[in-house]
Amino acid sequence: MIDVITIFILAIFIGFEVITKVPPTLHTPLMSGSNAISGIAIVGAIISTRVGGELGTWLGVAAVAFATINVVGGFMVTDRMLKMFKRK
Amino acid sequence: MEFVNLFYVLAGILFIMGLKKLSHPKTARTGNMIASVGMLIAIVVTLLAADAIDYTMIVAGMILGGLIGGYFAVKVEMTAMPQMVAIFNGFGGGASALVAAADFLKNYDQLIAGQNIMVSGFEISPVFYGAVVAFSIFVGTLTFTGSFIAFGKLQGFISGQPIVFPLQQAINAILALAMLGCIILMAMSAGNLQLIFLGIIIISAVLGITLTIPIGGADMPVVISLLNSYSGIAAAATGFVLLNQGLIISGALVGASGLILTNIMCKGMNRSLANVIFGAVGGEVEGAAAAAQQMTIKSYSTEEAAMIFDAADKIIIVPGYGLAVAQAQHAVRELAEYLEGKNKTVLYAIHPVAGRMPGHMNVLLAEANIPYELLKDLDEINPEFEDCDVALILGANDVVNPAARHDKSSPIYGMPILDVDKSRTVIVNKRTMNPGFAGIQNELFGFDNTIMVFGDAKDMLNQLLKDVKEL
Repeated sequence: MIDVITIFILAIFIGFEVITKVPPTLHTPLMSGSNAISGIAIVGAIISTRVGGELGTWLGVAAVAFATINVVGGFMVTDRMLKMFKRK
Repeated sequence: MEFVNLFYVLAGILFIMGLKKLSHPKTARTGNMIASVGMLIAIVVTLLAADAIDYTMIVAGMILGGLIGGYFAVKVEMTAMPQMVAIFNGFGGGASALVAAADFLKNYDQLIAGQNIMVSGFEISPVFYGAVVAFSIFVGTLTFTGSFIAFGKLQGFISGQPIVFPLQQAINAILALAMLGCIILMAMSAGNLQLIFLGIIIISAVLGITLTIPIGGADMPVVISLLNSYSGIAAAATGFVLLNQGLIISGALVGASGLILTNIMCKGMNRSLANVIFGAVGGEVEGAAAAAQQMTIKSYSTEEAAMIFDAADKIIIVPGYGLAVAQAQHAVRELAEYLEGKNKTVLYAIHPVAGRMPGHMNVLLAEANIPYELLKDLDEINPEFEDCDVALILGANDVVNPAARHDKSSPIYGMPILDVDKSRTVIVNKRTMNPGFAGIQNELFGFDNTIMVFGDAKDMLNQLLKDVKEL
């Protein structure tokens, strides 16, 4: 248990360190990109679609669909935006 | 099972590397690719390692979600990006809540019996499990409904004005207390768990709505950042439910990212988060409205404005939400290119809260092929106004309102603003004389060095370009 809490705290710390360095110009792609990362719920969704347990499985499948929207849409739209940032 | 966690750590490292590369526009695209590879690894490993999962259903869900997500990612207009991010936040939060709910139903019998619960090979006490599962459903559902309200406001389905009703704060406080009660009851496995489960879903859904509807359009950058953070916290909470390191690491990263952005946005408005959430700014401001009636403004045609541009050497363009509404980003580029061709300097001043989400203006201008080096943030650009000949304000209002400097009664008092009034001439383009989204009249419009050019930003810029060329 203490392991996962340690990981959680370390990840927050790294998150703060890395993300404070993102310039304002890229704040929208940062949001959509981190949005895609929060689609990691897809991992939990896959695990929760266990065969059996009717309602639980359906909720799991709905979660898979929701999270995939996030992952696919998030990464694709971020790429579309970042493609547009050009130098002089 | 253990080795799976190593792959989650690998995915986490790839996410961090990807985010790190977002620190520069040159490397950002690679960063996004790296992060998506991390996601692919996490998904594939989960699919391979999980036992007794329903592959048909999963693939069906993925295809459906992938088609929807992909469609909107390709189709969305850059001006509509805030809505898009808002609704994606909602799906992320919703997914986390659904996962937690599904897991709760699976462990329901053990929870009722007060037995330890087996999670990823560990025995977990029902107290811890009950608390995190309740919290996870709460944050996820709140993110879901809150994001849909934010989406509705940005898309214009719901009024962008703050919607307030009597006893709003009291009702929110009661709901929050009831929520806390539900989480405690769930942790103690006390009472009817099914009822508590439903109660958590309903209360958090309502809270998501009542907390978001009183927030005005101009405060949307804060709300979207906050909801972004919530979607990360929801994922991390679900990670604690499943004891899944992939979810915990990624959720923590996203939660931190959203909090940083929220903080930057609040600073950009010099307001506390509590004030943004509970302040319902954007209602009627009588004193300022009365003062506005005595203001004399000078309204110019584009031809007259063209002459001012012709004589100018240094021009700073200040884009705001009005530019996005008018889809005028390409028209701006055309005018700027022509002026640059005449050896004039053209820069862009980007206020942190210009538009409806962090970085909104930067994306719009990037879409129009305007090089990002010309886009300057508040601290960089403010000294530049001193020797600037023309500040052209396109659909921005509160971020250039000098009242923020001196008028203690103004709701935007103390907000850092762009010092456009220091330029020799300020040209303000607006559709009408209506106040900005914060509902505040702007004294800048009556200044001696300010001239107004009314009209839709795109039409005005096209006409202006024609007139400048004819000189």
